[in-house]
Amino acid sequence: MKKLMLTAGAILALTAGPAMAQKSVKIGFIGTFSGPTAVIGNDMRNSFELALDHLGRKMGGLPVEVIYEDDQQKPEIGKQKSEKLIQSDKVDFVTGYLWSNVLLASIKPVVDSKTFLISANAGPHQIAGELCSPYFFSTSWQNDQTPQAMGLYMNQKGVKTLYLLGPNYAAGKDMMSGVAATFKGKVIGQELTKWPDQLDFSAELSKVKAAKPDAVFVFYPGAAGVQFLNQYAQAGLKGVIPLYTAFTIDSLSLPRQKDLALGVPGAQQWVNDLPFPASKKFVADFRAKHKTTPSFYGSQAYDAANLINSAVVAVKGDLTKKDAMRVEMKKANYASVRGPYKYGNNHFPIQNFYLQDVVKDAAGELTLKTVATIIKDSQDQYHGKCAMK
Amino acid sequence: MLLLIEQCLNGLQFGLLLFLLAAGLTLVFGIMDLVNLAHGSFYMLGAFLAATFAAWTGSFFLGVVLGLLATLAVGMVVDLVALRRLYGRNHLDHVLGTFGLILFFNELVRLIWGPAGLNLTLPAWLNTSVELLGGIRYPTYRLGIIVVALAVALFLYVLVMRTRIGMLIRAGASNREMVGALGINIKLLYTLVFGLGAALAGLAGVMQTPILTAQIGMGENILILAFVVIIIGGIGSVRGAFIASIFVGLVDTIGRAFLPDLFKLVLSSAAASTAGPALSSMLIYFLMAVVLVLRPEGLFPVAGK
Repeated sequence: MKKLMLTAGAILALTAGPAMAQKSVKIGFIGTFSGPTAVIGNDMRNSFELALDHLGRKMGGLPVEVIYEDDQQKPEIGKQKSEKLIQSDKVDFVTGYLWSNVLLASIKPVVDSKTFLISANAGPHQIAGELCSPYFFSTSWQNDQTPQAMGLYMNQKGVKTLYLLGPNYAAGKDMMSGVAATFKGKVIGQELTKWPDQLDFSAELSKVKAAKPDAVFVFYPGAAGVQFLNQYAQAGLKGVIPLYTAFTIDSLSLPRQKDLALGVPGAQQWVNDLPFPASKKFVADFRAKHKTTPSFYGSQAYDAANLINSAVVAVKGDLTKKDAMRVEMKKANYASVRGPYKYGNNHFPIQNFYLQDVVKDAAGELTLKTVATIIKDSQDQYHGKCAMK
Repeated sequence: MLLLIEQCLNGLQFGLLLFLLAAGLTLVFGIMDLVNLAHGSFYMLGAFLAATFAAWTGSFFLGVVLGLLATLAVGMVVDLVALRRLYGRNHLDHVLGTFGLILFFNELVRLIWGPAGLNLTLPAWLNTSVELLGGIRYPTYRLGIIVVALAVALFLYVLVMRTRIGMLIRAGASNREMVGALGINIKLLYTLVFGLGAALAGLAGVMQTPILTAQIGMGENILILAFVVIIIGGIGSVRGAFIASIFVGLVDTIGRAFLPDLFKLVLSSAAASTAGPALSSMLIYFLMAVVLVLRPEGLFPVAGK
């Protein structure tokens, strides 16, 4: 009898506690899964799924459930879907967020509900500064950081006059201010084009040609990067005015940009040839599963899954312990594919940025290659405006 | 000054491209009284089909010709299968039905070609720029677009004004019952006109592909501009569409090119570079509003409508 009671007690003890309260880890994922930029969303989803496979599809002993939602690249839809994820699906984490304007529209309802939001791409300056939140973490960068690195590289190359081109939305403006923060020469012109509708840059390229700058800096993510490089060549500017980029050439657009991208430099916090074991495993397994090379977007989604896992493991699956999870995530205590990094007070990474070039590999295939480290331990320029310490 | 000329060329090229799209739209709208929201889908199909045929045959021009013929065929089939059921109904039914077609074609393209889109690579001699009079270097391919579009405009003029088919089309526009009563197969005529419109949209799509690449949903944004063009030009008038599209192309391009700089004279640089693009993208709608106030029928209203 006593033995029976003990067994019953043990079973009760097992079922009570965290396992009773929490049957699974629910994660909402906002991405773009329709329209021309669905290619990026799919790459992020595939990388996130691969990370879950590597984790045995469990975090802290709990099974993981992911709900993917399509933002259609529209802020209002992204906000609606984010609200749905927290209100009706009651997710424990929301991640993804490809576009800065979608993230800006969505962040308030998420962090107000005290749900952790892990941005796997977008990093608008507002969230690094005055809108920073204890419930927000980034596994990417603050938008200005990458163009800041590019600005430093252009100084090294002796660029004196520069023309800036990019789309007219939150991230496009951050890119421009990022370059301006570090570039020592003169910015002689700047064009912001209608986003995402305008894909014909004839008027802008004519102005570039007339201004005769030493170099052009451009930010056109996704398919727009393919169109831009096409038109740059057609306007007779390729090889005449050197091009420097941020987020314009990646492993998703490269197969379509082909030789037009050859020798065009970019800055990036992760390139697919980085020597870290976690990165090698991610790239090798991704290639084996999908027959393509993952993009930096994917690498950030992969990291997001691992960052969430580190928090869930630290509280042993008790997802009510939000403060403990935050403390753990702030340590960035997981094997990031970009190598070890730290978090600043605003929960944006303090990390290295590399110079990325497009080269032909031994088989004659175009590939992205890390050439040099442009800046070590770069921190965004807005962290001082964030009230968190 | 050179920059202004170059921007005018850019505007002309964009305008003529719009004309190809608007000509088909205005013919179908004016003659068949059908609001065809799916017109942009033919623009997209033309692009995808041409890119696919060009990849198969290895020839840019063969790809373009086959792509156009295929778009023409698809247009006529769509008319036979789907749109015949919509003739004579009210415009709301047209909008609903053709909006359904947009969704259908977007999904079809995704199933066949995947979400990534396609490239149509130009032959090397087209993929450069040439020197024009006055020392302007201009992309060869964009000049090519101007030439082809002008040729198509001429062809349309001759077809509509100087041939028997054109006469029937004009007759059908002013009184379709009477044309039918005279023993003309009006349904066949409609199918032909619709196919022609689809092929024109396809041609616009094909010509944009080397510049913009083929993307799902590429037709929807530009279709809005095409509607603006036919409203300004007068619904049903090919001549109106021609003038209005060049007008819209020039206003849009020149506004985009110079408005931000004008703003910089009165505003701070940061404010100007934000407000400039925002306002320049509104310019043509503003233009449309003015035309609607002054001439509600458009610049070149079709007589008898």
